[in-house]
Amino acid sequence: MSQVAEASTPAAGDGTTYDGLRLRGVTKSFGAFTAVRDLDLDIPRGSFFALLGPSGCGKTTTLRMVAGLEAPTSGTITLAGQDITYAKPYRRPVNTVFQNYALFPHLDIHENVAFGLKRRKVSGVDEKVREMLALVELESQARKRPMQLSGGQQQRVALARALINEPEVLLLDEPLGALDLKLRRGMQIELKRIQTEVGLTFVHVTHDQEEAMTMADTVAVMNAGVIEQMGAPEELYENPHTTFVANFLGQSNLIEGVVKSRSGDVVTVDMHGIDVSIPAARTHADGDKGWIGIRPEKVLIGDPGEELDAPGNSIPGGVVSDVSFVGVSTQYLVRMPWGQELQVFQQNTGHRRLYRTGEPVELSWRPEYAFLLDFSQDASAGAEQGDD
Amino acid sequence: MASTAGAAPVAVADVEPDTGRRRGLTGYLLILPGVLWLVLFFVVPFYSLVATSLYDPAGSDFRGYEMTYHFQNYWTALQEYWTPLVRSLVYGGIATLFCLVLGYVLAYAIAFKTGRWKNLMLVLVIAPFFTSFLVRTLSWKLILADDGFVVDFLQTVHLLGEDGRLLATPVAVVAGLTYNFLPFMVLPLYASIDKIDHRLIEASSDLYANPFVGFWKVTWPLSLPGVVSGTLLTFIPAVGDYINAQLLGSPNQRMIGSVIQSQFTDANNYPIAAALSMILMLLILAMVLVYIRKAGTEELL
Repeated sequence: MSQVAEASTPAAGDGTTYDGLRLRGVTKSFGAFTAVRDLDLDIPRGSFFALLGPSGCGKTTTLRMVAGLEAPTSGTITLAGQDITYAKPYRRPVNTVFQNYALFPHLDIHENVAFGLKRRKVSGVDEKVREMLALVELESQARKRPMQLSGGQQQRVALARALINEPEVLLLDEPLGALDLKLRRGMQIELKRIQTEVGLTFVHVTHDQEEAMTMADTVAVMNAGVIEQMGAPEELYENPHTTFVANFLGQSNLIEGVVKSRSGDVVTVDMHGIDVSIPAARTHADGDKGWIGIRPEKVLIGDPGEELDAPGNSIPGGVVSDVSFVGVSTQYLVRMPWGQELQVFQQNTGHRRLYRTGEPVELSWRPEYAFLLDFSQDASAGAEQGDD
Repeated sequence: MASTAGAAPVAVADVEPDTGRRRGLTGYLLILPGVLWLVLFFVVPFYSLVATSLYDPAGSDFRGYEMTYHFQNYWTALQEYWTPLVRSLVYGGIATLFCLVLGYVLAYAIAFKTGRWKNLMLVLVIAPFFTSFLVRTLSWKLILADDGFVVDFLQTVHLLGEDGRLLATPVAVVAGLTYNFLPFMVLPLYASIDKIDHRLIEASSDLYANPFVGFWKVTWPLSLPGVVSGTLLTFIPAVGDYINAQLLGSPNQRMIGSVIQSQFTDANNYPIAAALSMILMLLILAMVLVYIRKAGTEELL
C-alpha cells in the first residue's frame, strides 16, 4: 500500500523518487582549495546534459565524483533514488569516456570493448561487442591494438567501451578535446545521434561553448566551483543572468547604465544620457546601476539619422574604429561618445553597404534583445576564456 | 638533342655506383670499433672457454693446450656435479620468486604511493651497492648467527628447536640470494610500473573491475616487461652466485658457482670447470628463451 502511494507521489523536495542524477550540496576541497562549492544539480533521465566552463572551474571534479573516482567532502549524490555518494566506482551503474580515452594498450579493440561485460559475467559478450562495434562503425578494426587506430577511431572505441555496459549515466570528460576541428564536428553529430538512439543520460563536460550548445538539451555554465546558470542553450545565450555567462557563451557588449524607473514589465535605464528600455523579464539586477547587455549580432549599424528597424533604442554619435571582414559577416568596432568600443556584427546580406574606419555611424537595437546584469559583477568575467 | 639526352644518364651512371660503394665502405668502417670490441672481449674469451672445456685432462701441460675435442669432459662434469647444478637452479629459482614478490610490492609502492619521496626511496634501493657485496653478505652472517636475535626469536616462538639454526641451511643461502639480488628486481619493475598510466587503472574500476581484478587484468599485464627483465636479471646471477653459499651455507648447500670456482683455483681442473661453465650457460640460455617465448615479450630480446 504505502509503496504504491510513494511511487505515485510526484518528486517533491529531496524525495528519493527522482529517477535521474541528483547532486545536493556537493562540495569538494583539496586542502585549502575548494574545487566545487555547495553544488545542487538535477539531471533528468535520458537527457543530454553539458557542464560547460573554463579549465579549473570544477567541472571535471564534479564528473569524477559522479563516477566515484573522487569522494565529495560533503553533500550527497543520488542516482535513480539510490545514494551513491560513497559507492565504489566499480559498483556504480555509471561509465566514463575519459579525456585521453584510457584504452588498455595490451588488449585489442574487441577485448577493450568487452572489458566491462566480462567483469560483470554477462553472457553473449562476443555478440554484443560485435553489435556495439557496428554501431560505432569499427567492425573491421576489432583485432587491432588501440595504438594502431587514429584519434577519431580511438575515441569511438572509448565510447563503445562505455556504452556497451548500458549505464544509467554516461559521463564524457572532454571526449573530443584531442581531435582536430573537422573530426570534432563530425563526432559531435555522431554522439548526438547515438544518444538519441540509445536514450541514455549523457553528462558531457567541455570547455568548448559551441560543442556544448550544439549537442546538449541542457547546459550548465560553471565557474569557480559554482553553477552560474543552467538552461536550454538558446535560453542561456539569449538571456544570460550573469556577466560571466554573457561573455563565456559568445560575446556581449556590456554598457554601464543607471536604472531610472521600473514600471510593469519594462525597466528604463539611463545609458550615458540616452534612455534605453529593457523587458523586466530580462533584468537581473536589483541595484540602481547595472550592465546593459546586447549581443553584437543584435546591434544594427547605419548612417547618422537613418531610420533603422529598431524602434526604441537608438544611439547616435558612433565612429567606426575597426572593420574586419570575415566573409559571412562583417565585424565592426564602434567607438561611442563615452569612449567605450562596442562590437557590431553585420550579416553580409548584400542589402547594406560596408562602412570604413573613421565613418560616423548610428547604432540601434530592439529593446527586447537587451538584458540588464548586476553592476557588482566584473564586466570582463569569462571574456578571455571564451575565446577558444 | 638526342645525343645530349643520351649523354646525361651516362654521366649519372658513372658517378652513382662510385658513391654507393664509398657509402658501403663507410658503413663497415663505422661498425669496425664495435666488431673489434666484440672480438677482443667476447669471441676470444669465449673461444678460449670452449677450447678449455674440450681439453683432455689426462694430457700433459703441452698437449693439454691443444684443442682435443674431448667431449667426455661434459659427461664427467654432469655425473660428478649434477647435484650442485640442480641445487643452484632451485635456489636461484626460489630466490627469484621471493625477489619478485617483495620487489613487486616495493616497486609498486615507490611508483604509485610515495609521491614526493619517490627519488629518496629509489636511492635507498640502490644505496646498498655503495658497500661491498662481500661485506653485506658477511653482515647477514651476524644477523642469522646462532646467538643472534633472529634465531633467538624463532626459538622463543618454537619455530626452531632448541638447537635449531639458520646458518648453514638452505634458508640462509636463499635469504642471502634474495637480499643481494633484490635491487636487480626492483629497478626494472619500477621502470615499467612507473610508466603505467594511472588513468588506465581508473578506467578499469570504472568498468566494474574491483581492485583485485583490476590489478590482474591491467596493472600486471602492463608491468610484464619489467617482470621478465627483472626475473632474468635476478635469476641469471643468482644461479651462478657462490658467495652466498660459501659464506652463509655449508658444503651441503654448495652451489655450482662454488664448484666452478674451486675447480679453477684449487683443483686446477680447468677442463671440468670450463665444461661446467658451458653447461650452466647453455642451460640458462635455453631456459631464458623458453621463458621469454612463454611470457610473450619477445621485443625484449
